[in-house]
Amino acid sequence: MTKQQANWSPYDNNGGTCVAIAGTDYCVIAADTRMSSGYNILTRDYSKIIQLVDTSVLASSGFQADVRALQKVLAAKHLQYQYQHNKQMSCPAMAQLLSNTLYYKRFFPYYAFNVLGGLDREGKGCVFTYDAVGSYERVGYSSQGSGSTLITPFLDNQLKSPGPLLLPARDAVTPLSESEAIDLVKTCFASATERDIYTGDKLEILILNASGTRVEYMELRKD
Amino acid sequence: MIREAMEMPPKGGFSFDLCKRNDMLVKKGLKEPSFLKTGTTIVGLIFKDGVILGADTRATEGPIVADKNCEKIHYMAPNIYCCGAGTAADTEAVTDMVSSQLKLHRYHTGRESRVVTALSLLKSHLFSYQGYVSAALVLGGVDVTGPHLHTIYPHGSTDTLPFATMGSGSLAAMAVFESKYREGLTRDEGVKLVSEAICSGIFNDLGSGSNVDICVITQGEKEYLRNHMLPNPRTYISEKGYSFSKKTEVLRTKITPLREMVEVIEGGDAMEE
Repeated sequence: MTKQQANWSPYDNNGGTCVAIAGTDYCVIAADTRMSSGYNILTRDYSKIIQLVDTSVLASSGFQADVRALQKVLAAKHLQYQYQHNKQMSCPAMAQLLSNTLYYKRFFPYYAFNVLGGLDREGKGCVFTYDAVGSYERVGYSSQGSGSTLITPFLDNQLKSPGPLLLPARDAVTPLSESEAIDLVKTCFASATERDIYTGDKLEILILNASGTRVEYMELRKD
Repeated sequence: MIREAMEMPPKGGFSFDLCKRNDMLVKKGLKEPSFLKTGTTIVGLIFKDGVILGADTRATEGPIVADKNCEKIHYMAPNIYCCGAGTAADTEAVTDMVSSQLKLHRYHTGRESRVVTALSLLKSHLFSYQGYVSAALVLGGVDVTGPHLHTIYPHGSTDTLPFATMGSGSLAAMAVFESKYREGLTRDEGVKLVSEAICSGIFNDLGSGSNVDICVITQGEKEYLRNHMLPNPRTYISEKGYSFSKKTEVLRTKITPLREMVEVIEGGDAMEE
């Protein structure tokens, strides 16, 4: 007697890739703007990035309906925090909040692959990487989404984060300058676009530093 | 029982002998090897003087692009070409096989090959494999009886059409054809329309991409325009470039000497069994 299988899935994968790199006094968060379903493109101009706080930016790939719901929940929780504590949430605090929010739905998860980037209370760049149910870790750089398998080995090679390669784990912000990190991110996406069908159209890059937030765009292959 | 099965000559067609074993392995947890599919846009149309075939150049393995510039327009005869969609190995094998059969037939008859000959050979082969040879083809050519264009499906059915599209991008390409096709197109109009249809597949279908290949076949002449259009250049190349160290990095070295000194004893006891 074979197990009965569901003939409808509540999830869909809208594809896309997210990357974040932490520097000594900046953080770069980037994602492509293509939203797809199966072999079709739904739109070429959809932002996967949201700035929750001045110092915290969330980029999520996966099922965009769940991503949007998650963003709303986090924004609401942040508003409550501001009322209760009379200050904005720090990036590590937001990181913990995101982890708890994801685990809350452990048995019907948000199909969202998240990368949280920002500046900590000292002004240093921080990047937190998540799985779908809230397991997280502070790292020097991270990539999630359909192109992550293509990008992560390249970043490992260029940024040589001691994280997974050496023990004990150390704080791992890259010594690269802000412009070098942006150049690296653009190369990552141009390369991932060549080989991943779900990544392309346009690249959105958010750069956080002491003077505030800046946005840059770059065209990617549209095929 | 086993000896009887070995003595019987193979009947041809698909041999299902290993299917039970494969099912058992999958149930035990073995992941089946994936096929390289071309996830494609291929088109053909008949114009005033002959046939024009078009194809994209992307080959995919699931969500990854395996080949950014593969050739999907296959040679069948000097006056016949065939575009292939579906499993790459199947389209290659079946077009090569029929191309050889056509050549032998040309030697035998002393005449130029006809498109309907290629059509019959392909459809009978695909039918005998009951759809397991996953090749969806657009066959076009010009012979003594005129220009011909056919589509062939994996199960062996065929259609004869003035314009045709196949592959995952077929709907995107057919939308262009249905809007703009008319009878009696000139060569340049035909090439332009085919390019538009393939581009529609390239940009709107994720299984198709990269460049446009075109093949124009007329009475007594053929033009294979490989990479006729390259609408997808790489968008960003870093000026400073990247370096990769040639050696594997040594993180730690530890040498453990195994023995200080080894004594060789002559005429020692033989080893016990």
